[in-house]
Amino acid sequence: MSIFSSVFFGFIFISAISFFVFNCKKILRNINIGRGINRSDNKKQRFFNMLRLAFGQSKMLDKPFVGFLHLVVYVAFVLINIELIEIVIDGFLNKHRVLAPYLGGFYNFLTAFFEILALLVIISVVVFWVRRNILKIKRFISNDLKGWPKTDANYILYIELVLMLLFLNMNATDLYLQSSSYSDYYQSYGYFPVSQFLSPIYSSFSDLTVLYVERISWWSHIIGILFFLNYLYYSKHLHILLAFPNTYFSNLESIGKMDNLSSVYNEVKTMLDPNNDPYAVSNSNLPIEKFGASDVFDLNWFQLLNAYTCTECGRCSSECPANQTGKILSPRTIIMKTRDRLEEVGKNIDKNGKFIDDGKKLLDDYISKEELWACTTCNACVESCPIGIDPLSIIVDMRRYMVMEQSSAPTELNNMMNNIENNGAPWPFNQLDRLNWKN
Amino acid sequence: MNVPTLKELSQNGLDPEILFWVGCAGSFDERAKKITKSFVKLLNKANISFGVLGIEESCTGDPAKRAGNEFLYQMQAVSNIETLNSYNFKKIVTTCPHCFNTIKNEYPSLGGNYDVIHHTQLLDDLIKNGKIKVQNESFKGKKITFHDPCYLGRANKEFKAPRNLIDSVKADLKEMKSCKEKGLCCGAGGAQMFKDAEKGNEEINIKRTKEAIDTNAKIIAAGCPFCNTMLSDGLKNQKAEQKVKVLDIAEIVEQASID
Ligand code: SF4
Ligand code: SF4
Repeated sequence: MSIFSSVFFGFIFISAISFFVFNCKKILRNINIGRGINRSDNKKQRFFNMLRLAFGQSKMLDKPFVGFLHLVVYVAFVLINIELIEIVIDGFLNKHRVLAPYLGGFYNFLTAFFEILALLVIISVVVFWVRRNILKIKRFISNDLKGWPKTDANYILYIELVLMLLFLNMNATDLYLQSSSYSDYYQSYGYFPVSQFLSPIYSSFSDLTVLYVERISWWSHIIGILFFLNYLYYSKHLHILLAFPNTYFSNLESIGKMDNLSSVYNEVKTMLDPNNDPYAVSNSNLPIEKFGASDVFDLNWFQLLNAYTCTECGRCSSECPANQTGKILSPRTIIMKTRDRLEEVGKNIDKNGKFIDDGKKLLDDYISKEELWACTTCNACVESCPIGIDPLSIIVDMRRYMVMEQSSAPTELNNMMNNIENNGAPWPFNQLDRLNWKN
Repeated sequence: MNVPTLKELSQNGLDPEILFWVGCAGSFDERAKKITKSFVKLLNKANISFGVLGIEESCTGDPAKRAGNEFLYQMQAVSNIETLNSYNFKKIVTTCPHCFNTIKNEYPSLGGNYDVIHHTQLLDDLIKNGKIKVQNESFKGKKITFHDPCYLGRANKEFKAPRNLIDSVKADLKEMKSCKEKGLCCGAGGAQMFKDAEKGNEEINIKRTKEAIDTNAKIIAAGCPFCNTMLSDGLKNQKAEQKVKVLDIAEIVEQASID
């Protein structure tokens, strides 16, 4: 029996971890579909940003109440998982509380600490659920969250709630069993400030029933955690992992600075070079790079990492002037659609070994021109994202494609650009009148 | 008004301290021209050695870049940089946050490295070191709200200079519901100025103007010619143009300044 249990545990544990690693590799491969961008500079500052934004969640505290609760859930979740070390050892060895004898009084402290954290998680999760489902905070009920994103957000809360309840129930039954006929297996270890109040529920049950309840809780808890680990890939909850690389690699420069496309620079240089012979055969054999982005292949890997990292919190869209005034543009949607398309491309590669044209693109099939043209490039979305995501850069890259590859800008913008080209101002004024204001 | 061009100055063997980049709005837009003049008057009062490029100035390329026309932007940028690099000056000052941002952040990697400041930053300095003196009467106790231009505030984190200036004329600064890092855009950026907005349930400038009106301020202070237009239009739409005025910070300081 004991061998069977260990083998069974080993099987579940190793399969879960392998499947998780398998999906991680897939994410990495998909992100690497993107173009290159150098983010290997300023390691120190990047590391500091990661500590501040991902670890310290400094931007989350812009909204102090939810920011605090989020911090609680996050810290608690990370710390409670320390308990997993023991659970996994127990599982492999088919032992119970294997570390307790070695830790002495500290073990009591840990069990008590974990229980209090679990209680705090339960409270926070309930508040989050109420905000999403009863108070219906605007950024959680907008159209872009209809369907899976909304379900996903609630699933996460349910899973966290169930895991915490199982954890507490595991301890409650354990406490009961410590003074039952099974007390030589369930030795008196740990201090349980929360579950001691649950334990009396079992007083009218037989020892055997409680033993079953304890075992079921124990197994459901660890299986639940392994399930949750694998759920991440399919969920916005992936941010608990990717927030770290995303903040590390995020833009360090002024957010007002938009990159100068180097592919364009080379052409501009040649055109403006007085020694340039316009009829000369191009001596570069490099293929001409496509300007801007019409699909995920044209975005850079950081933008694709953004897509996987987004928490779908909607802070960006609730600050977006276009979104606030009823335009269909929502920076959150831009990011979510990018992820959807990237996933689709990833599946295509899984199936065919390499990407086979599916007749679709990020532009038009996922993100409409109307959305892209509604942006004022105000950077409110970039500023408000708690984990350094840059929806604006995707919008601008797609505008670049529409203008430079498709010439599909709205007529008024074409007029503006013609004016700049012909008379150096966005309006049709004569360049020679530039100083007339002083008269 | 004394407005020398860099060309004239250099022909006389002079290099100005400051190059005033006027910008397209400041050169051609009727409303913005007034701001340009107010600012120049202040430069004259403070005895600043400055010059403008005049007909050698051309659009920085910002609206083209943000509309996605990187090509046109770089053509503009490269030729502007060539012009700028042919003169000597210490600083560039501009009354337009878009020009400010573009020259400051986007010209360097194309070979244009300058010390660029926004006019509110220069004016703040000039008042601090006593080169411009203001009296207290014109704006004392008056409610003024300040609309942060996206490309001065959020993009370049300059929130203080314009507010210092409002304080310096002893006005009563009333912040809007969303300000500083969270300031709501006026709706003009990203080349939106030059096109109709997409379908929605409100115009962005109207939403912003309402936030300004809600502060009960009699003056909306702006630091960008485009914001100025958008908010002035918003006031007209709200039939509030009699009660509330949009003034550039330079105009406020100029009205309060003593000779
Ligand atoms: S930059 Fe564009 S998408 Fe982002 S908040 Fe501003 S208008 Fe919205
Ligand atoms: S981009 Fe950032 S702010 Fe916007 S929904 Fe995603 S995580 Fe939230």
